[in-house]
Amino acid sequence: MDQGARLVFLGRLEDLAGMAEMAVSAGPLEDILAGLKRELAVALLDERVRLALNGRLVPQMGAIVLGAGDELAFLPPVSGG
Amino acid sequence: MVAELVCDVRLLTAPFDPAAELGAFTAQVPAAGGVVSFLGKVRGDSGVEALEIRHYEPMTLPGFVALARTAAQRWRLDGVLLLHRVGEMGPDAPIVLVAAASRHRRDAFAATDFVMDHLKGESWLWKRERTAQGWRWIEPRAEDHSDRERWR
Repeated sequence: MDQGARLVFLGRLEDLAGMAEMAVSAGPLEDILAGLKRELAVALLDERVRLALNGRLVPQMGAIVLGAGDELAFLPPVSGG
Repeated sequence: MVAELVCDVRLLTAPFDPAAELGAFTAQVPAAGGVVSFLGKVRGDSGVEALEIRHYEPMTLPGFVALARTAAQRWRLDGVLLLHRVGEMGPDAPIVLVAAASRHRRDAFAATDFVMDHLKGESWLWKRERTAQGWRWIEPRAEDHSDRERWR
């Protein structure tokens, strides 16, 4: 049984991260971000980047704690259809 | 007795034939008096060699379905068609096909226009294009916001 969580990077964040998804340990988001390379963490914390936990938008990243199997997506501003 | 709404909403990973899709949609709405459609395509003369659209599976398609349903609640429609490409496409390739079928034409015109204005800037899609200078991410445009404001 996989006890980890997953980060998903959309748009230009995928290029910056060098990958579309990243397996991470479950736990508080701030701990997870602290373990990323600084340039990526700064981009993820940009105020224009929206977050979705398991496919649902979350209002703000302050108190997010990822549990086993959770998927947290980072959504930069969209370009339009 | 009102016929059930035809709601055909799909994300497509491969090229599609707009004429064939529109024909198939029209065949499903025999009670309609008119079908209005909009086809968005990659510009063929702008120096763009390729367009790539990325999406997020858990949110992009549900967002499209919700938009189609909102249009169907706002106007009297027999059907809504919303097809959108994702992945990489070349010059002149179809990107998006939106159509609305209704008893009377104005509902179909308005619904199609409404869906297009909300697709731009409110759908979970990220686009980049390749020119001779390389790949470039496309940023939201101010017009996309003012286009949506028309419907408030």
